[in-house]
Amino acid sequence: MKDEETIRSEFPILDKEVNGKSLVYFDNAATTQKPKAVINRISNFLSEENANIHRGVHHLSMNATKAYDEARSCVAKFINAESDNEIIFVRGATEAINLVANSFGKNLLDTGDEILVTEMEHHANIVPWQLIANKTGAKVIPIAITDDGEIDLKDFEAKINERTKMAAFVHVSNALGTVNPAKEMIHKLKSKNIPVLLDGAQAVGHQAVNVQELGCDFYVFSSHKLFGPDGMGVLYGKHNLLSKMPPYQGGGDMIEVVSFEGTTFREPPERFEAGTPNISGAVGLKEAINYVNELGWENIEKIESSLLNYATEKLSSIPSLKIIGKAKRKVPVLSFTMESAHPHDVATILDSKGIAVRAGHHCAQPLMKRLGVSATTRASMSFYNKVDEIDQLDEALKYVSKIFGD
Amino acid sequence: MEDLSDLYQEIILSHNKRPRNSDPLDPSTGQADGNNPLCGDKLTVHVRNTESLLEAVSCDTDGCAISRASGSIMTTMVEGKLITEVERLIEETKLLLTGEDEPEVDLVQQGDMAALIGVRKFPARIKCATLAWHALEAALRGNDEASTE
Repeated sequence: MKDEETIRSEFPILDKEVNGKSLVYFDNAATTQKPKAVINRISNFLSEENANIHRGVHHLSMNATKAYDEARSCVAKFINAESDNEIIFVRGATEAINLVANSFGKNLLDTGDEILVTEMEHHANIVPWQLIANKTGAKVIPIAITDDGEIDLKDFEAKINERTKMAAFVHVSNALGTVNPAKEMIHKLKSKNIPVLLDGAQAVGHQAVNVQELGCDFYVFSSHKLFGPDGMGVLYGKHNLLSKMPPYQGGGDMIEVVSFEGTTFREPPERFEAGTPNISGAVGLKEAINYVNELGWENIEKIESSLLNYATEKLSSIPSLKIIGKAKRKVPVLSFTMESAHPHDVATILDSKGIAVRAGHHCAQPLMKRLGVSATTRASMSFYNKVDEIDQLDEALKYVSKIFGD
Repeated sequence: MEDLSDLYQEIILSHNKRPRNSDPLDPSTGQADGNNPLCGDKLTVHVRNTESLLEAVSCDTDGCAISRASGSIMTTMVEGKLITEVERLIEETKLLLTGEDEPEVDLVQQGDMAALIGVRKFPARIKCATLAWHALEAALRGNDEASTE
Protein backbone atom coordinates (compact mmCIF):
# COMPACT_ATOMS: atom_id res chain seq x y z
CA MET A 1 0.00 0.00 0.00
CA LYS A 2 1.35 3.41 -1.02
CA ASP A 3 1.67 5.97 1.77
CA GLU A 4 -0.18 9.30 1.79
CA GLU A 5 2.82 11.27 0.59
CA THR A 6 3.43 8.97 -2.38
CA ILE A 7 -0.22 9.13 -3.44
CA ARG A 8 -0.25 12.92 -3.22
CA SER A 9 2.99 13.23 -5.16
CA GLU A 10 1.32 11.39 -8.04
CA PHE A 11 -1.21 14.23 -8.47
CA PRO A 12 0.80 17.26 -9.65
CA ILE A 13 -1.97 19.82 -9.01
CA LEU A 14 -2.04 19.06 -5.29
CA ASP A 15 1.29 20.89 -5.01
CA LYS A 16 -0.24 24.08 -6.27
CA GLU A 17 -0.70 27.26 -4.28
CA VAL A 18 -3.99 29.15 -4.50
CA ASN A 19 -4.29 32.66 -3.12
CA GLY A 20 -0.92 32.23 -1.45
CA LYS A 21 -2.03 29.08 0.39
CA SER A 22 -1.49 25.40 -0.37
CA LEU A 23 -4.43 24.16 -2.37
CA VAL A 24 -6.95 22.11 -0.42
CA TYR A 25 -9.04 20.46 -3.10
CA PHE A 26 -12.44 19.51 -1.71
CA ASP A 27 -14.41 19.71 -4.96
CA ASN A 28 -13.96 16.13 -6.06
CA ALA A 29 -17.67 15.56 -6.67
CA ALA A 30 -17.46 18.23 -9.39
CA THR A 31 -14.36 16.71 -10.94
CA THR A 32 -11.44 14.67 -9.67
CA GLN A 33 -7.80 15.55 -10.18
CA LYS A 34 -5.64 13.56 -12.57
CA PRO A 35 -2.61 11.46 -11.69
CA LYS A 36 0.64 11.99 -13.61
CA ALA A 37 0.18 8.57 -15.20
CA VAL A 38 -3.03 9.73 -16.93
CA ILE A 39 -1.58 13.10 -17.96
CA ASN A 40 1.54 11.43 -19.38
CA ARG A 41 -0.42 8.72 -21.16
CA ILE A 42 -2.60 11.27 -22.98
CA SER A 43 0.42 13.41 -23.77
CA ASN A 44 2.33 10.40 -25.14
CA PHE A 45 -0.62 9.26 -27.18
CA LEU A 46 -0.94 12.68 -28.79
CA SER A 47 2.83 13.04 -29.32
CA GLU A 48 3.64 9.53 -30.52
CA GLU A 49 0.55 7.52 -31.40
CA ASN A 50 -2.16 9.85 -32.68
CA ALA A 51 -4.22 8.67 -35.68
CA ASN A 52 -7.89 8.11 -36.48
CA ILE A 53 -9.29 4.68 -35.77
CA HIS A 54 -11.20 1.95 -37.61
CA ARG A 55 -10.47 3.25 -41.10
CA GLY A 56 -6.78 3.30 -41.73
CA VAL A 57 -4.53 0.53 -42.96
CA HIS A 58 -1.45 2.39 -41.89
CA HIS A 59 0.60 1.56 -38.86
CA LEU A 60 -0.47 4.43 -36.59
CA SER A 61 -4.16 3.97 -37.33
CA MET A 62 -4.03 0.26 -36.58
CA ASN A 63 -2.25 0.89 -33.30
CA ALA A 64 -4.68 3.66 -32.32
CA THR A 65 -7.58 1.33 -33.09
CA LYS A 66 -5.99 -1.30 -30.90
CA ALA A 67 -5.51 1.21 -28.06
CA TYR A 68 -9.15 2.34 -28.34
CA ASP A 69 -10.45 -1.24 -28.33
CA GLU A 70 -8.25 -2.11 -25.38
CA ALA A 71 -9.75 0.82 -23.48
CA ARG A 72 -13.18 -0.65 -24.12
CA SER A 73 -12.08 -4.05 -22.81
CA CYS A 74 -10.54 -2.39 -19.78
CA VAL A 75 -13.82 -0.58 -18.95
CA ALA A 76 -15.83 -3.78 -19.50
CA LYS A 77 -13.61 -5.61 -17.04
CA PHE A 78 -13.65 -2.68 -14.60
CA ILE A 79 -17.44 -2.80 -14.15
CA ASN A 80 -17.69 -6.53 -14.91
CA ALA A 81 -19.77 -6.30 -18.08
CA GLU A 82 -20.43 -9.60 -19.81
CA SER A 83 -18.83 -8.45 -23.06
CA ASP A 84 -16.89 -5.53 -24.52
CA ASN A 85 -19.81 -4.88 -26.89
CA GLU A 86 -21.87 -3.68 -23.95
CA ILE A 87 -19.57 -0.65 -23.47
CA ILE A 88 -20.39 2.46 -25.50
CA PHE A 89 -18.10 5.46 -25.34
CA VAL A 90 -19.89 8.79 -25.03
CA ARG A 91 -19.04 12.33 -23.88
CA GLY A 92 -20.11 11.76 -20.30
CA ALA A 93 -22.86 10.48 -18.01
CA THR A 94 -25.24 13.19 -19.28
CA GLU A 95 -24.91 12.10 -22.90
CA ALA A 96 -25.30 8.46 -21.87
CA ILE A 97 -28.63 9.18 -20.13
CA ASN A 98 -29.84 11.22 -23.11
CA LEU A 99 -28.87 8.34 -25.40
CA VAL A 100 -30.90 5.84 -23.37
CA ALA A 101 -33.87 8.19 -22.94
CA ASN A 102 -34.02 8.80 -26.71
CA SER A 103 -32.97 5.51 -28.20
CA PHE A 104 -34.54 3.19 -25.63
CA GLY A 105 -37.16 5.31 -23.86
CA LYS A 106 -38.86 6.81 -26.90
CA ASN A 107 -39.96 3.43 -28.33
CA LEU A 108 -40.79 2.02 -24.93
CA LEU A 109 -42.96 4.78 -23.50
CA ASP A 110 -46.53 5.70 -24.24
CA THR A 111 -49.22 8.05 -22.90
CA GLY A 112 -49.80 7.52 -19.18
CA ASP A 113 -46.64 5.43 -18.65
CA GLU A 114 -44.49 6.31 -15.68
CA ILE A 115 -40.74 6.83 -15.38
CA LEU A 116 -39.52 6.46 -11.80
CA VAL A 117 -36.71 8.69 -10.57
CA THR A 118 -35.91 9.90 -7.04
CA GLU A 119 -36.01 13.29 -5.35
CA MET A 120 -32.21 13.22 -5.06
CA GLU A 121 -31.45 13.10 -8.79
CA HIS A 122 -28.97 15.35 -10.54
CA HIS A 123 -30.69 17.41 -13.26
CA ALA A 124 -28.94 15.13 -15.78
CA ASN A 125 -31.19 12.27 -14.66
CA ILE A 126 -34.38 14.36 -14.61
CA VAL A 127 -34.39 16.58 -17.68
CA PRO A 128 -33.69 13.92 -20.38
CA TRP A 129 -36.66 11.93 -19.01
CA GLN A 130 -38.88 15.03 -18.93
CA LEU A 131 -38.01 15.72 -22.57
CA ILE A 132 -38.95 12.15 -23.54
CA ALA A 133 -42.05 12.30 -21.34
CA ASN A 134 -43.16 15.43 -23.23
CA LYS A 135 -42.75 13.63 -26.54
CA THR A 136 -44.43 10.37 -25.51
CA GLY A 137 -47.07 11.50 -23.01
CA ALA A 138 -45.35 9.58 -20.20
CA LYS A 139 -44.87 11.06 -16.72
CA VAL A 140 -41.78 11.43 -14.52
CA ILE A 141 -42.59 10.25 -10.99
CA PRO A 142 -40.20 11.10 -8.14
CA ILE A 143 -39.65 8.65 -5.27
CA ALA A 144 -39.57 10.47 -1.92
CA ILE A 145 -36.49 10.68 0.27
CA THR A 146 -36.22 10.88 4.05
CA ASP A 147 -34.99 13.91 6.01
CA ASP A 148 -31.65 12.13 6.41
CA GLY A 149 -31.27 12.00 2.65
CA GLU A 150 -31.99 8.31 2.05
CA ILE A 151 -34.47 6.90 -0.42
CA ASP A 152 -37.81 6.23 1.30
CA LEU A 153 -38.08 2.54 0.48
CA LYS A 154 -41.75 2.39 1.45
CA ASP A 155 -42.52 5.15 -1.02
CA PHE A 156 -40.34 3.37 -3.58
CA GLU A 157 -42.46 0.22 -3.30
CA ALA A 158 -45.67 2.24 -3.29
CA LYS A 159 -44.74 4.09 -6.50
CA ILE A 160 -44.20 0.90 -8.51
CA ASN A 161 -47.33 -0.04 -10.42
CA GLU A 162 -48.47 -1.46 -13.76
CA ARG A 163 -47.84 1.92 -15.44
CA THR A 164 -44.17 1.96 -14.37
CA LYS A 165 -42.22 1.36 -17.57
CA MET A 166 -38.77 2.66 -16.70
CA ALA A 167 -36.72 3.46 -13.59
CA ALA A 168 -33.63 5.68 -13.51
CA PHE A 169 -31.91 6.63 -10.29
CA VAL A 170 -28.64 7.68 -8.83
CA HIS A 171 -26.20 5.13 -7.37
CA VAL A 172 -24.50 7.74 -5.17
CA SER A 173 -25.96 11.23 -4.60
CA ASN A 174 -23.74 14.09 -5.81
CA ALA A 175 -25.19 16.59 -3.35
CA LEU A 176 -25.45 14.42 -0.22
CA GLY A 177 -23.04 11.54 -0.71
CA THR A 178 -25.77 8.97 0.02
CA VAL A 179 -25.00 5.47 -1.29
CA ASN A 180 -28.35 4.03 -2.36
CA PRO A 181 -29.30 0.37 -1.87
CA ALA A 182 -29.16 -0.04 -5.65
CA LYS A 183 -28.95 -3.82 -5.78
CA GLU A 184 -32.06 -4.33 -3.65
CA MET A 185 -34.00 -1.69 -5.56
CA ILE A 186 -32.98 -3.11 -8.94
CA HIS A 187 -33.97 -6.60 -7.79
CA LYS A 188 -37.42 -5.33 -6.88
CA LEU A 189 -37.83 -3.49 -10.21
CA LYS A 190 -36.56 -6.39 -12.28
CA SER A 191 -39.03 -8.75 -10.58
CA LYS A 192 -41.68 -6.59 -12.27
CA ASN A 193 -39.73 -6.53 -15.56
CA ILE A 194 -39.06 -2.80 -15.29
CA PRO A 195 -35.87 -1.68 -17.08
CA VAL A 196 -33.42 0.18 -14.82
CA LEU A 197 -30.77 2.78 -15.54
CA LEU A 198 -28.32 3.49 -12.74
CA ASP A 199 -26.48 6.85 -12.74
CA GLY A 200 -23.02 5.95 -11.46
CA ALA A 201 -21.34 9.34 -12.02
CA GLN A 202 -20.57 9.76 -8.30
CA ALA A 203 -20.08 6.08 -7.52
CA VAL A 204 -17.22 5.01 -9.79
CA GLY A 205 -14.57 7.14 -8.06
CA HIS A 206 -15.32 5.73 -4.63
CA GLN A 207 -16.19 2.04 -4.86
CA ALA A 208 -16.02 -1.06 -7.02
CA VAL A 209 -18.93 -1.38 -9.45
CA ASN A 210 -20.16 -4.74 -10.68
CA VAL A 211 -22.99 -4.28 -13.18
CA GLN A 212 -23.86 -7.98 -13.36
CA GLU A 213 -24.17 -8.23 -9.61
CA LEU A 214 -26.22 -5.01 -9.50
CA GLY A 215 -28.45 -6.39 -12.23
CA CYS A 216 -29.14 -3.02 -13.89
CA ASP A 217 -29.90 -2.74 -17.61
CA PHE A 218 -27.92 0.45 -18.09
CA TYR A 219 -25.10 2.04 -16.08
CA VAL A 220 -23.60 5.42 -16.90
CA PHE A 221 -20.56 7.35 -15.71
CA SER A 222 -18.08 10.08 -16.66
CA SER A 223 -14.35 9.55 -16.92
CA HIS A 224 -13.51 12.91 -15.30
CA LYS A 225 -14.99 11.82 -11.98
CA LEU A 226 -12.76 8.75 -12.10
CA PHE A 227 -9.41 10.58 -12.33
CA GLY A 228 -9.55 10.43 -16.14
CA PRO A 229 -10.00 13.14 -18.79
CA ASP A 230 -13.20 15.12 -19.33
CA GLY A 231 -15.34 14.86 -22.45
CA MET A 232 -15.28 11.09 -22.06
CA GLY A 233 -17.88 8.81 -20.58
CA VAL A 234 -19.36 5.36 -20.60
CA LEU A 235 -22.74 3.84 -21.24
CA TYR A 236 -23.04 0.22 -20.24
CA GLY A 237 -26.11 -1.51 -21.63
CA LYS A 238 -27.18 -5.15 -21.69
CA HIS A 239 -26.46 -6.50 -25.13
CA ASN A 240 -29.97 -7.82 -25.80
CA LEU A 241 -31.34 -4.28 -25.23
CA LEU A 242 -28.63 -2.39 -27.11
CA SER A 243 -28.95 -4.66 -30.14
CA LYS A 244 -32.62 -3.71 -30.50
CA MET A 245 -32.13 0.03 -30.00
CA PRO A 246 -32.07 2.41 -32.99
CA PRO A 247 -29.08 4.74 -33.47
CA TYR A 248 -28.93 7.92 -31.38
CA GLN A 249 -26.88 9.94 -33.83
CA GLY A 250 -26.05 9.28 -37.47
CA GLY A 251 -22.68 9.63 -39.12
CA GLY A 252 -19.50 7.83 -40.00
CA ASP A 253 -18.36 4.64 -38.31
CA MET A 254 -21.85 3.55 -37.23
CA ILE A 255 -23.05 2.28 -40.65
CA GLU A 256 -22.77 -0.92 -42.65
CA VAL A 257 -23.92 0.32 -46.06
CA VAL A 258 -25.09 3.81 -46.95
CA SER A 259 -27.17 4.54 -50.02
CA PHE A 260 -29.86 7.07 -50.82
CA GLU A 261 -32.34 4.21 -50.90
CA GLY A 262 -31.55 3.34 -47.30
CA THR A 263 -28.78 2.76 -44.80
CA THR A 264 -28.02 -0.19 -42.56
CA PHE A 265 -26.37 0.16 -39.20
CA ARG A 266 -23.63 -1.71 -37.43
CA GLU A 267 -24.12 -3.71 -34.28
CA PRO A 268 -23.46 -2.11 -30.88
CA PRO A 269 -21.24 -0.57 -29.70
CA GLU A 270 -20.32 1.02 -33.08
CA ARG A 271 -24.00 1.76 -33.86
CA PHE A 272 -23.97 4.33 -31.05
CA GLU A 273 -20.58 5.89 -31.76
CA ALA A 274 -21.14 8.09 -34.79
CA GLY A 275 -18.15 10.11 -35.95
CA THR A 276 -14.59 10.13 -34.70
CA PRO A 277 -14.73 9.38 -30.99
CA ASN A 278 -12.63 10.79 -28.17
CA ILE A 279 -9.68 8.46 -28.79
CA SER A 280 -7.18 10.11 -26.44
CA GLY A 281 -9.99 10.27 -23.87
CA ALA A 282 -10.51 6.52 -24.06
CA VAL A 283 -6.78 5.91 -23.74
CA GLY A 284 -6.64 8.28 -20.74
CA LEU A 285 -9.63 6.61 -19.09
CA LYS A 286 -7.93 3.25 -19.37
CA GLU A 287 -4.87 4.64 -17.61
CA ALA A 288 -7.07 6.10 -14.85
CA ILE A 289 -8.70 2.70 -14.33
CA ASN A 290 -5.27 1.09 -14.15
CA TYR A 291 -4.35 3.66 -11.52
CA VAL A 292 -7.29 2.94 -9.20
CA ASN A 293 -6.96 -0.80 -9.76
CA GLU A 294 -3.36 -0.60 -8.65
CA LEU A 295 -4.28 1.40 -5.57
CA GLY A 296 -7.09 -1.05 -4.83
CA TRP A 297 -10.67 -0.40 -3.76
CA GLU A 298 -10.12 -1.80 -0.31
CA ASN A 299 -7.40 0.78 0.34
CA ILE A 300 -9.41 3.59 -1.23
CA GLU A 301 -12.50 2.82 0.83
CA LYS A 302 -10.45 2.58 4.00
CA ILE A 303 -8.86 6.02 3.48
CA GLU A 304 -12.14 7.61 2.44
CA SER A 305 -14.21 6.25 5.28
CA SER A 306 -11.71 7.54 7.84
CA LEU A 307 -11.72 10.96 6.11
CA LEU A 308 -15.52 11.01 6.15
CA ASN A 309 -15.71 10.06 9.82
CA TYR A 310 -13.12 12.61 10.85
CA ALA A 311 -14.69 15.41 8.80
CA THR A 312 -18.20 14.60 10.06
CA GLU A 313 -16.99 14.72 13.65
CA LYS A 314 -15.06 17.97 13.16
CA LEU A 315 -17.82 19.83 11.33
CA SER A 316 -20.52 18.58 13.69
CA SER A 317 -18.73 20.38 16.52
CA ILE A 318 -19.22 23.80 14.86
CA PRO A 319 -22.42 25.12 16.50
CA SER A 320 -23.61 27.29 13.60
CA LEU A 321 -23.12 24.50 11.05
CA LYS A 322 -25.72 21.97 10.00
CA ILE A 323 -24.77 18.90 7.98
CA ILE A 324 -27.29 18.16 5.22
CA GLY A 325 -27.51 14.46 4.41
CA LYS A 326 -26.96 11.97 7.18
CA ALA A 327 -27.42 8.68 5.38
CA LYS A 328 -26.01 5.58 7.02
CA ARG A 329 -23.97 4.76 3.92
CA LYS A 330 -22.09 7.68 2.40
CA VAL A 331 -19.07 8.47 0.26
CA PRO A 332 -16.87 11.28 1.69
CA VAL A 333 -19.16 14.16 0.72
CA LEU A 334 -20.26 16.72 3.30
CA SER A 335 -22.99 19.16 2.37
CA PHE A 336 -23.81 21.79 4.97
CA THR A 337 -25.42 25.11 5.70
CA MET A 338 -24.39 27.77 8.22
CA GLU A 339 -26.66 29.95 10.30
CA SER A 340 -25.81 33.41 8.95
CA ALA A 341 -23.40 32.82 6.11
CA HIS A 342 -24.83 31.89 2.74
CA PRO A 343 -23.02 29.05 0.89
CA HIS A 344 -21.59 31.46 -1.70
CA ASP A 345 -20.09 33.61 1.01
CA VAL A 346 -18.72 30.51 2.71
CA ALA A 347 -17.13 29.34 -0.55
CA THR A 348 -15.55 32.75 -1.24
CA ILE A 349 -14.06 32.90 2.25
CA LEU A 350 -12.80 29.29 2.03
CA ASP A 351 -11.26 30.12 -1.36
CA SER A 352 -9.31 32.95 0.28
CA LYS A 353 -7.75 30.22 2.44
CA GLY A 354 -6.93 28.07 -0.60
CA ILE A 355 -9.82 25.67 0.03
CA ALA A 356 -11.87 24.72 -3.04
CA VAL A 357 -15.48 23.71 -2.33
CA ARG A 358 -18.70 23.94 -4.28
CA ALA A 359 -21.60 26.18 -3.30
CA GLY A 360 -25.07 26.23 -4.78
CA HIS A 361 -27.83 23.82 -5.69
CA HIS A 362 -25.47 21.17 -7.11
CA CYS A 363 -27.68 20.71 -10.18
CA ALA A 364 -30.28 19.19 -7.87
CA GLN A 365 -32.91 21.90 -7.42
CA PRO A 366 -35.76 19.48 -6.58
CA LEU A 367 -33.58 17.99 -3.84
CA MET A 368 -32.81 21.42 -2.38
CA LYS A 369 -36.52 22.21 -2.38
CA ARG A 370 -37.31 18.90 -0.66
CA LEU A 371 -34.73 19.61 2.04
CA GLY A 372 -35.96 23.18 2.50
CA VAL A 373 -32.69 24.88 1.60
CA SER A 374 -31.87 27.07 -1.39
CA ALA A 375 -28.24 26.02 -1.53
CA THR A 376 -25.54 24.22 0.43
CA THR A 377 -21.77 24.30 0.67
CA ARG A 378 -20.29 20.96 -0.32
CA ALA A 379 -16.89 19.62 0.65
CA SER A 380 -16.26 16.45 -1.33
CA MET A 381 -13.16 14.41 -0.69
CA SER A 382 -11.10 11.75 -2.38
CA PHE A 383 -8.42 9.29 -1.29
CA TYR A 384 -5.66 11.88 -1.89
CA ASN A 385 -7.08 14.27 0.70
CA LYS A 386 -5.67 14.25 4.21
CA VAL A 387 -6.73 14.85 7.78
CA ASP A 388 -4.67 18.07 8.00
CA GLU A 389 -6.79 19.51 5.23
CA ILE A 390 -9.95 18.81 7.19
CA ASP A 391 -8.40 20.68 10.12
CA GLN A 392 -7.76 23.62 7.78
CA LEU A 393 -11.38 23.49 6.64
CA ASP A 394 -12.51 23.45 10.25
CA GLU A 395 -10.35 26.49 11.06
CA ALA A 396 -11.60 28.36 7.99
CA LEU A 397 -15.23 27.64 8.84
CA LYS A 398 -14.68 29.05 12.31
CA TYR A 399 -13.34 32.17 10.61
CA VAL A 400 -16.53 32.33 8.51
CA SER A 401 -18.58 32.20 11.70
CA LYS A 402 -16.50 35.03 13.11
CA ILE A 403 -17.01 37.29 10.09
CA PHE A 404 -20.74 36.65 10.03
CA GLY A 405 -21.11 36.87 13.81
CA ASP A 406 -22.62 33.40 14.33
CA MET B 1 -6.48 36.60 -3.25
CA GLU B 2 -7.69 40.10 -2.66
CA ASP B 3 -8.32 41.02 0.92
CA LEU B 4 -11.62 39.62 2.13
CA SER B 5 -12.26 42.75 4.15
CA ASP B 6 -12.76 44.55 0.81
CA LEU B 7 -15.72 42.28 0.23
CA TYR B 8 -17.24 41.75 3.64
CA GLN B 9 -17.26 45.32 4.96
CA GLU B 10 -19.35 46.30 7.95
CA ILE B 11 -21.90 48.04 5.72
CA ILE B 12 -22.42 44.89 3.66
CA LEU B 13 -22.70 42.64 6.70
CA SER B 14 -25.20 45.03 8.27
CA HIS B 15 -27.42 45.17 5.17
CA ASN B 16 -27.15 41.37 4.92
CA LYS B 17 -28.26 40.89 8.48
CA ARG B 18 -31.09 43.43 8.34
CA PRO B 19 -32.02 44.12 4.73
CA ARG B 20 -33.96 47.40 4.36
CA ASN B 21 -37.28 47.42 2.51
CA SER B 22 -37.41 43.63 2.22
CA ASP B 23 -41.15 43.23 2.84
CA PRO B 24 -42.84 42.90 -0.55
CA LEU B 25 -44.51 46.20 -1.44
CA ASP B 26 -48.29 46.09 -1.44
CA PRO B 27 -49.88 47.58 -3.45
CA SER B 28 -47.33 47.79 -6.24
CA THR B 29 -47.42 48.83 -9.87
CA GLY B 30 -44.78 46.44 -11.08
CA GLN B 31 -42.53 43.60 -10.02
CA ALA B 32 -39.72 41.49 -11.42
CA ASP B 33 -37.89 38.38 -10.28
CA GLY B 34 -34.14 38.20 -10.49
CA ASN B 35 -32.60 34.76 -10.96
CA ASN B 36 -29.01 33.70 -11.14
CA PRO B 37 -29.39 30.25 -12.70
CA LEU B 38 -25.76 29.35 -12.02
CA CYS B 39 -25.90 29.68 -8.26
CA GLY B 40 -29.63 29.77 -7.51
CA ASP B 41 -29.82 33.28 -6.03
CA LYS B 42 -33.39 34.52 -6.22
CA LEU B 43 -34.95 37.89 -5.48
CA THR B 44 -38.10 39.85 -6.18
CA VAL B 45 -38.22 43.61 -6.69
CA HIS B 46 -41.57 45.40 -6.29
CA VAL B 47 -42.01 48.98 -7.44
CA ARG B 48 -44.78 51.55 -7.00
CA ASN B 49 -44.28 54.33 -9.51
CA THR B 50 -45.98 56.96 -11.59
CA GLU B 51 -44.70 57.92 -15.01
CA SER B 52 -42.12 60.21 -13.48
CA LEU B 53 -41.62 59.12 -9.86
CA LEU B 54 -40.53 55.92 -8.08
CA GLU B 55 -42.59 56.31 -4.94
CA ALA B 56 -41.60 53.08 -3.21
CA VAL B 57 -39.55 49.95 -3.81
CA SER B 58 -38.89 46.65 -2.06
CA CYS B 59 -36.36 43.88 -2.63
CA ASP B 60 -36.81 40.44 -1.09
CA THR B 61 -33.69 38.29 -1.57
CA ASP B 62 -32.96 34.62 -1.03
CA GLY B 63 -29.25 34.61 -1.64
CA CYS B 64 -25.77 35.43 -0.44
CA ALA B 65 -24.62 38.44 1.59
CA ILE B 66 -23.54 40.31 -1.53
CA SER B 67 -26.88 39.96 -3.32
CA ARG B 68 -28.88 40.75 -0.17
CA ALA B 69 -26.78 43.80 0.66
CA SER B 70 -26.82 45.08 -2.90
CA GLY B 71 -30.62 44.81 -3.08
CA SER B 72 -31.03 46.45 0.29
CA ILE B 73 -28.68 49.33 -0.53
CA MET B 74 -30.41 49.76 -3.87
CA THR B 75 -33.82 50.29 -2.27
CA THR B 76 -32.44 52.99 0.04
CA MET B 77 -30.85 54.77 -2.90
CA VAL B 78 -33.72 54.83 -5.39
CA GLU B 79 -36.81 55.26 -3.24
CA GLY B 80 -38.56 58.59 -3.82
CA LYS B 81 -36.36 59.45 -6.79
CA LEU B 82 -37.47 60.66 -10.24
CA ILE B 83 -37.52 57.81 -12.77
CA THR B 84 -34.90 59.60 -14.87
CA GLU B 85 -32.68 59.77 -11.79
CA VAL B 86 -33.28 56.05 -11.02
CA GLU B 87 -32.32 55.13 -14.58
CA ARG B 88 -29.13 57.15 -14.24
CA LEU B 89 -28.33 55.37 -10.94
CA ILE B 90 -28.88 51.96 -12.55
CA GLU B 91 -26.42 52.80 -15.33
CA GLU B 92 -23.88 54.26 -12.91
CA THR B 93 -24.07 51.20 -10.68
CA LYS B 94 -23.54 48.83 -13.58
CA LEU B 95 -20.49 50.86 -14.55
CA LEU B 96 -19.32 50.93 -10.95
CA LEU B 97 -19.46 47.13 -10.68
CA THR B 98 -18.59 45.98 -14.17
CA GLY B 99 -17.06 48.95 -16.04
CA GLU B 100 -13.58 48.52 -17.47
CA ASP B 101 -12.07 51.41 -15.52
CA GLU B 102 -11.47 51.09 -11.82
CA PRO B 103 -13.91 53.58 -10.26
CA GLU B 104 -12.96 56.26 -7.76
CA VAL B 105 -14.73 55.96 -4.45
CA ASP B 106 -17.12 58.89 -4.14
CA LEU B 107 -19.26 58.49 -1.04
CA VAL B 108 -21.50 61.45 -1.90
CA GLN B 109 -22.36 60.10 -5.33
CA GLN B 110 -22.26 56.39 -4.59
CA GLY B 111 -23.53 56.24 -1.03
CA ASP B 112 -23.46 52.74 0.49
CA MET B 113 -22.93 51.24 -2.98
CA ALA B 114 -19.30 52.34 -2.60
CA ALA B 115 -18.98 49.41 -0.20
CA LEU B 116 -19.74 47.05 -3.06
CA ILE B 117 -16.84 48.26 -5.23
CA GLY B 118 -14.75 45.57 -3.52
CA VAL B 119 -16.75 42.92 -5.37
CA ARG B 120 -14.91 43.90 -8.57
CA LYS B 121 -11.93 41.97 -7.25
CA PHE B 122 -14.01 38.79 -6.96
CA PRO B 123 -15.15 38.07 -10.53
CA ALA B 124 -17.24 35.06 -9.47
CA ARG B 125 -19.34 37.33 -7.28
CA ILE B 126 -20.03 40.39 -9.47
CA LYS B 127 -23.33 38.97 -10.71
CA CYS B 128 -24.48 38.65 -7.10
CA ALA B 129 -24.13 42.43 -6.80
CA THR B 130 -25.79 43.35 -10.11
CA LEU B 131 -28.82 41.04 -9.84
CA ALA B 132 -31.11 43.38 -7.87
CA TRP B 133 -30.33 46.27 -10.21
CA HIS B 134 -31.20 44.20 -13.27
CA ALA B 135 -34.48 43.23 -11.60
CA LEU B 136 -35.27 46.87 -10.77
CA GLU B 137 -34.66 47.82 -14.39
CA ALA B 138 -36.95 44.98 -15.53
CA ALA B 139 -39.71 45.97 -13.07
CA LEU B 140 -39.68 49.56 -14.30
CA ARG B 141 -39.81 48.43 -17.92
CA GLY B 142 -42.75 46.12 -17.24
CA ASN B 143 -40.76 42.89 -17.69
CA ASP B 144 -41.37 40.29 -15.02
CA GLU B 145 -38.01 38.60 -15.03
CA ALA B 146 -34.33 39.44 -15.08
CA SER B 147 -31.52 36.96 -15.30
CA THR B 148 -27.78 37.30 -14.96
CA GLU B 149 -27.28 34.92 -17.89
